[in-house]
Amino acid sequence: MLITCPYCGPRDVLEFTYQGDGNRERPQPASQNLDAWNAYVYDRLNPAGDHNEIWQHSGGCRSHLRVVRNTLTHEISSTTFARGDHKSAARHKAGGKS
Amino acid sequence: MVERQSPLEPVLQVGSHGNFEHGVDIILSETQPGSILQLAAWPGEEKKLISVIRTVTGLALPDGAGGGSTDGARSVFGFAPGKFTVVDEAEGLVSAFAGAVTPAIGTVTDLSHGRTAIRIAGPKAEWVLAKFFAIDFALPAFPVGAGRSTVHHDVFAQIQRTGADQFDVYVFRSFARSFWKALCHASEEVGYEVQ
Ligand SMILES: [Zn+2]
Repeated sequence: MLITCPYCGPRDVLEFTYQGDGNRERPQPASQNLDAWNAYVYDRLNPAGDHNEIWQHSGGCRSHLRVVRNTLTHEISSTTFARGDHKSAARHKAGGKS
Repeated sequence: MVERQSPLEPVLQVGSHGNFEHGVDIILSETQPGSILQLAAWPGEEKKLISVIRTVTGLALPDGAGGGSTDGARSVFGFAPGKFTVVDEAEGLVSAFAGAVTPAIGTVTDLSHGRTAIRIAGPKAEWVLAKFFAIDFALPAFPVGAGRSTVHHDVFAQIQRTGADQFDVYVFRSFARSFWKALCHASEEVGYEVQ
């Protein structure tokens, strides 16, 4: 499986670390909403198809990435920097996905 | 300055090794730069940092991810968004940057004692490195001056192409000796010389 890092280009999956489900929304740290915390910790969509994920290019530029991966085919349809406001400042690889 | 001792000292054996009867296709050496720095720009400050690098080193960074350049004595390349490795043969580069990279622009980290720089050159340099790293070493994909961050097993490596058939590999000092030995083994089949 290859993941196309927006900075480094296509790299082997061994260079990346899975950081978890990208659909979760973390409650505010002071939140006492137990349902929200429960959902954050335990609820997963577990789709058969496209899945939003967070990966880190730990064996490369070390950027955190938003990846859409198909859980049936492993096809990756999109890879972007997880930090949205960094996108404009980043120098994208020519031909790379942005 | 503290006198530095190379982690390669016990294993670096100058001379020709391996299958060199038909010629030496790889030249390995330790470049021992005096300064190895990591510069990082805060989001949005990257252009300012690039111009500081130009002012301090005289090196212009080409546009694009992993872009870099070298003049032989000094080298610079991007290895991550907004982050650059700057290398100088001479010691003391950190003090030149300390005043120029203001807290509003970004940070300067001195890695001079933390990294070991290994140069692999020769007609089979691409061939040997391709056994270690799953990246494209062909000249059109990896032009002279450009840098790449990658790993060999768990050894993080920054690689800059400093010539058509020459690469400088920066690895953690603590892994340098085993990486060097692996590089020697991988070069045996084509014949290598240690300088
Ligand atoms: Zn990357």
